[in-house]
Amino acid sequence: MNRIEVPKDKVYETAAMLRNDENFDFLFDIVGMDYGDNLGVIYYLSQSSNPQNVLALKTVTDNRDKPELFSVHDLWDSANIYEREVYDFFGIRFINHPDMRRIFLRADWKGHPLRKDYNADPSVNPVPLENERLEDMETSPSVSMIMGEETENVHKLFDNNEYIINFGPQHPATHGVLHLRISLDGEIISKIDPNFGYIHRGIEKMCESYTYPQILHLTDRLDYLSGTINRHAVCLCCEKALGIEAPQRAVYIRTVIDELTRIASHLIGWGSMCMDMGAVTAFMYGLRDREKIMDIFEETSGGRLMVNYNIIGGVAGDIHPDFCRKVKEFIPYMRKMLKEHHLLFTGNPIARGRMNGVGYLSKEKAISLGATGPSGRASGWHNDIRKIEPYAAYDKVDFDEVTHDSGMTFDRYIIRLEEIEQSLRIIEQLIDNIPEGACKEKTKAIIRLPEGEFFQRVENARGQFGVYINSKGDKSPYRVKFRSPSLVLVGALKEIATAPRTKVADLIMLGGSLDYVIPCIDR
Amino acid sequence: MEVKNINIRNMKYEDFNDNEYLEQYVEELKKNGVNVLVGKVNDLINWGRSNSVWPLTFATSCCGIEFMCVGGAHTDFARFGWEVYRNSPRQADVIFVFGTIVHKMAPVLKRLYDQLAEPKYVIAVGSCAIGGGPFKNSYHVVKGVNEIIPVDVYVPGCPPRPDAILYGMMQLSRKIKVQNFFGLTGQSENETVDNNPQSENEDEQD
Repeated sequence: MNRIEVPKDKVYETAAMLRNDENFDFLFDIVGMDYGDNLGVIYYLSQSSNPQNVLALKTVTDNRDKPELFSVHDLWDSANIYEREVYDFFGIRFINHPDMRRIFLRADWKGHPLRKDYNADPSVNPVPLENERLEDMETSPSVSMIMGEETENVHKLFDNNEYIINFGPQHPATHGVLHLRISLDGEIISKIDPNFGYIHRGIEKMCESYTYPQILHLTDRLDYLSGTINRHAVCLCCEKALGIEAPQRAVYIRTVIDELTRIASHLIGWGSMCMDMGAVTAFMYGLRDREKIMDIFEETSGGRLMVNYNIIGGVAGDIHPDFCRKVKEFIPYMRKMLKEHHLLFTGNPIARGRMNGVGYLSKEKAISLGATGPSGRASGWHNDIRKIEPYAAYDKVDFDEVTHDSGMTFDRYIIRLEEIEQSLRIIEQLIDNIPEGACKEKTKAIIRLPEGEFFQRVENARGQFGVYINSKGDKSPYRVKFRSPSLVLVGALKEIATAPRTKVADLIMLGGSLDYVIPCIDR
Repeated sequence: MEVKNINIRNMKYEDFNDNEYLEQYVEELKKNGVNVLVGKVNDLINWGRSNSVWPLTFATSCCGIEFMCVGGAHTDFARFGWEVYRNSPRQADVIFVFGTIVHKMAPVLKRLYDQLAEPKYVIAVGSCAIGGGPFKNSYHVVKGVNEIIPVDVYVPGCPPRPDAILYGMMQLSRKIKVQNFFGLTGQSENETVDNNPQSENEDEQD
C-alpha cells in the first residue's frame, strides 16, 4: 500500500488530482486520528479498475482548538457521511461541507469522544430523559470558504410547509433503530434525512482500553449477522502485524465457517426483504434453513449467533467430530431449499412487478457512494475482496463473483440467492480437504502488536469490512477504526429512494434490498 | 408453599427457578384476603391474559435476531399465545428490551413504555439490557434498562438462546396468572417506586 502525506492546505488539490487524473474513484474510508499534539485524517482510496491498488492519503492539523480541513464531499459521495463521523468523534470541521451536524451523538453532547483529552466523566453527559429537540435535528451548520474568507452558515433542512414523516427509530422495517425523516410530496419521496446513533455503543473508543483478545469479542457484536467474518478481519490484521500465520487447518475451518455465516446472513437478508414486501412465509422459510447452520455452529463452538470462534493465531478449539458430516448434509439440503425459495417468491408476478424498474443504482454512483458487497455487485461493480485480495483459503477454491448489470431492486434481491449457491460451492470444495494438524498457532500470553499502522479488509455479507489498527507497541491499540459496509448503504438508500417518482411504500422494500445492519453503522 | 393454577402446559412447578419470589408476591397480594367471586373472575381473566400476551417489536441489536428465531418454526412461541407481535405500543402488553440501550435511545424507550396501555410488563433480554453487558465501560451506554423503566423479568445471555427467551416468557406468564387484575394500576405504580436497581440483578424475578 502506498502512503502519501500532504500538508493540510494541499489535501483538496491532491485528492482532486487523484480522483480525476489517477482514477481513484472509490473512497474506501476516512479515518480520523488524534496523534496527541495534532489531529489528522487518513483517506483510504482505491480504484474500481484496479482494486488491489490502495492508497493512504494523510494529513494533519496542529490547531487543536479549532481544527479545520477542506471537504472532499464533491469528489466522492461517500465522503459526506464519513466527514460527519470524523467531526462527531474528533471535532474536525470540514470547510465547504454542506451539513456539519453530529452524526451519532446528540447535538447537545459535550466533547468529542475519540479525542485523547475527552472528559469521560458520566456527570458531564448524563442519560437524557427528553428526546432530542427537532430544531437540533433540522438545523445544519456549515462552514464555507470564499476568497480566503471563512463564513459560518446555518440552514434548515426542511421548509415549514413541507410534509415530514418520521420513520423509526422504533419501526420493524428499518431493520434496527434507524431514524429516517422523510419529506413527502403526496406519496412521492422528495427528501430523506437519516439520523443515526440510536445504537452507538462507542466500540472504537472502548477498543483503546482493551487488549487485543478482548477486542475480538466486540467485533462480533458490530454486524452480528456476519460476526465471524468481522472477527476474522481483526484476527488477520493482528496476525499480519505479529508476523505469524494461522495453521492450514485453522485457515480452512475459518473459511468454511465464514461461508456458512454468509449463507445464514443472506437467508435473513432475503427473508426480511420478502417480509418487507408482505411475504411473512418467506421469512419463516429463511429462519428454518438458518437454524441448521446455527446447530452446526453450536456443536462446534457453543455459540449460536455469537460464534466467538476465531482467535489470534487460529481458532479457539478443534471442530466437532460431526462437523464435516453435518456440513455435507447441509449442502444438498440447502440446494433443494433454494429451489423452493425461488418457487415461492422469485417467480411471483406481484413480487416481480414491485421489484422491477424501481431503485436504480448506476455503477458510477455505486462506486462513488462506496456501496460495496452484493448491493454494488448488482450494479456491475466487481468489488469482491475474496477475488481481489484472496485471504484465508479463497485462493484455493473455484467460485464465481456474481455480478448483474442493471442495478435494479430485483438484481439486489436475486444476487443474494445466487451468492448462497457460490458459498455452497466453496464449502463443498473445502470440507473434504481440511488438513490434519494443530488448529492454532501459539501466541504470547499478552499480545503486543509492534509499533505501526495495520490495515486489513475482508468481504463480509454486506460488503467490504475494513480494520485499521494503530499500535504504539502496547497491549492495547492506540486507535482502532472499523469500516462499516452498512454505513454507506444508507447513503445509497438516500440516493435511490429520492429518484423521481419513488413512492413511500417502496422505501421499505428498497431498504430491505440493501440489507444494512444498524449496529454495524453506529458501532 | 406451592402456588396453584399457574401451570404452563406440562411444565411442573419445580421445573422453574426462583419460585420463592412468586410465593412472596402471592403472599403480599393475598394479605387482606380475596373475595371468592372476585377471585374466580380474576382467575378467568388472568388465564386469558397470560395466554395471549402481545409483545411490541422492539429490538435494537443482536438479541433481536434470537427473538426472530423464537418466532421461527424451530422454537415456535405461538404455542404460548405470544405470536401476535404488535408494531404499535398502544396495542401491546409487554415490551421486550432486546439489545443495548444507549443515551440517544433512552428517551425513546421511556416514551414507548409510557405509551403502553396498563397493565404493562417489561422483559430485559440479554446482558446489555440487564446491566450494560460488554459495553458497560462505554461513554454512551445506559447501564441497565432498570435505570429508565421497571423490569419484570431478566433473561441473561449474550445473546440468550431462544429456549432462554421462551423460559423468560413463561416466567412472565406465571406472574400474570397470580396477579390481582382488579386494582392492577395501583400495583404497577407501587412497583415503579419500590424498584431498587442494585438488588435486582438476578436471573428471573418478579
